[in-house]
Amino acid sequence: MPLQFYLQQIVNALQLGSFYALIALGYSMVYGVLMLFNFAHGDVFMVGAYIGFFVSSGLLALANTGIIPLADNVMLGLVLVLTLFISMILTSLVGMLIERIGYRPLRGAPRASAAITGLMIGIILETGNLAILGPTRLSFPALIESVTYVIAGVSVTNKKIVIVFVSLLLTLALHQFVRRTKWGMAMRAMAFDFVVVPLMGISINKIALLTFGLGSALAAAAGILFGVAYPVLDPYMGIIFGWKAFVAAILGGRGSILGASLAGFMLGFIEIFVAAIFPSTMRDLIAFSIILIILTFRPHGFFGEPYSAQLRL
Amino acid sequence: MELNVEYAEENRSRVRNLLHKLWEPYKQVPLLGWLLAASVAVLLEMFVGHPLARLLGMSKIPALFGVLLILKTPGLIPSTLLYLLLIYGLPIGITARLTAKLTNLIVAKLYDTSTGISLLIHIALLYAVLHLWTGINDYRLLVVKLTLIAIIITLSLNVINGYMGEFSCSHPGFIALGAYTASVFTIVLFVSENRFGEAVLPPELGPYLFPIGLVLGGIVAAIGALLVAIPSFRTRGDYLAIISLAFMFIVVSLFNNLEIVGGPRGLSNQPDYANLPTIFVWTMLSIWIINNFVRSIIGKALNAVRDGELAASAMTVNTRKTKMVAFLFSAFWAGVAGGLFAHVIRYINPGTFGIRKLAEVLAMVYLGGLNSVAGSVVGAVGFNLLSEALRPLEILKWIIIPIMLILLMIYRPTGLIAFTELNPISLIKPKSMTEGEVDNAAS
Repeated sequence: MPLQFYLQQIVNALQLGSFYALIALGYSMVYGVLMLFNFAHGDVFMVGAYIGFFVSSGLLALANTGIIPLADNVMLGLVLVLTLFISMILTSLVGMLIERIGYRPLRGAPRASAAITGLMIGIILETGNLAILGPTRLSFPALIESVTYVIAGVSVTNKKIVIVFVSLLLTLALHQFVRRTKWGMAMRAMAFDFVVVPLMGISINKIALLTFGLGSALAAAAGILFGVAYPVLDPYMGIIFGWKAFVAAILGGRGSILGASLAGFMLGFIEIFVAAIFPSTMRDLIAFSIILIILTFRPHGFFGEPYSAQLRL
Repeated sequence: MELNVEYAEENRSRVRNLLHKLWEPYKQVPLLGWLLAASVAVLLEMFVGHPLARLLGMSKIPALFGVLLILKTPGLIPSTLLYLLLIYGLPIGITARLTAKLTNLIVAKLYDTSTGISLLIHIALLYAVLHLWTGINDYRLLVVKLTLIAIIITLSLNVINGYMGEFSCSHPGFIALGAYTASVFTIVLFVSENRFGEAVLPPELGPYLFPIGLVLGGIVAAIGALLVAIPSFRTRGDYLAIISLAFMFIVVSLFNNLEIVGGPRGLSNQPDYANLPTIFVWTMLSIWIINNFVRSIIGKALNAVRDGELAASAMTVNTRKTKMVAFLFSAFWAGVAGGLFAHVIRYINPGTFGIRKLAEVLAMVYLGGLNSVAGSVVGAVGFNLLSEALRPLEILKWIIIPIMLILLMIYRPTGLIAFTELNPISLIKPKSMTEGEVDNAAS
């Protein structure tokens, strides 16, 4: 097959991997800091996409009234940025609410109980959405006017560029936040030792809220970008994405931001290339077989430590 | 004001005393007495249920203790309650109370002759009750069948998640393997003009050879479990959870791609072999075997591996063998349950065994209680009845059930009946007499 074909697939894989990576980061942070499987995270992604839908629809309606005299292109860009910003804040509130209601009472409980709670919160979010908005699918407003560039026989839309760019930017921002700020340091400390660090005057509840808020904000960003790329929203869209991103997060190693991001992109690459080379129905089969093999030989993920003495975040 | 509070307090304690007094004689009723009373109630429903239901303004006998009816038409609440009282409440109460002496005597005699026979008689009576109860309509029959199968699934998952302490997500995969294998077995052998060709054997043989198909399904599921069991030697906990999750996705995807078993369209036309007696026998068998398994040395070894793998291996527990046996054993029963499930619904497709199934199965285990056979039975029965009973609420059902489970997890994080041992012999003991009296009565 020609080189262009593979390059094209790489571009597609980068886009898919961006979604996985952004969602996986939320899983990975919660898992790293609180040792929790937040199974509701895939549905937070869905909630983020829906919030993004409403926010962007509202903003577009506002823009169409013509109060603010701006060129169409600039206006659309502004709407996209504002949508991302507002939805991320709103969704992080949802995430914090989930932590406060669902997980905080279970701080001392067996971890499996928290996992069950997560599953159940996910079902509540899906069903609640279905009950409130009905089974009709919503179509996400076009926030980017599609322009296709052809570079060396590979077609790249500006949507894809924006998606990959925003995803990398957010990952980098999170990395810097965790590395450079006081709050990030507190998170890393909490991931390092769950028992002693609270004795040093760091509030575990605040850190938990922060972790959930950050993770949910990233999931919202993923949801909006997903809406930009595939403008059809339905209440169950978070399930399969969420579980795959969860696998990617664990594959990256406990609490490793770099690992989760890398594993997300890797999952995207595997899926796109399997679908390109084999019949597309084989996608899950081969992708998960590869993951099974990797975990059999590298049981603690890419950047995980076997005996959690030294942990990265 | 204070007087009022005191008065209310006094009132409450009076009610409590009354309830206590009412309950006192029932403490002496043995299990056999309850079963006898239940059979009286179902017999009564069989003969006078219809006219009584008509008389009370219902079109037919309320299927699930009237819960469905109440949720659909709240106006029928008084008559439904009256029906429940007349058909179930009073007969059971009166029979159990009146026959307590007699049943105690019988149980004491049986207990002394042979516990095995006594157990069999209890089980037979339980079957009779279920048979009569489900004879009223097909909906009840389906609910009972699915509940019995759910018991097998829950028990088998509890072996891994409860007794061995891993968080395994692979059960839907095992169930799917068993379901497909058993379906292919019966369809190839006994269904004429099936998708694989003509029937190989005469269909009359089918019901007799059906158990072989189920066992085959179990064995295939156990072989599949090797994929999860072998990595479990090297890793535990969270990474094993991911491995088992990947296994589930692989199995579902595999069946999606196997055109010979229908691909995404699924496999239908399974013969109707899974009738109530068959399922009942398999369920009882699974409870018996799994209960013995977890109480055996290897069951204790499982607990030891859960609580500390290094310590267990220092105490001469062969951890590899233990893990392997547990996974294969658990997967076997999940496969059997899958085979039964396929022949009850008589249509399976890969989508049946996805994430939703996983959430359901896990919910049943953690509702009932970890590390407990009785808990698993309670969890499976409770979850199934609850989810059937709330069916009229349609979509709200999937908000109410999760909220209940979250509350349960907050207030009882390990489930309703966790960390107990089920000793069937103690269940069938006579209640009113002490050990010495039993001996006297027998002699």
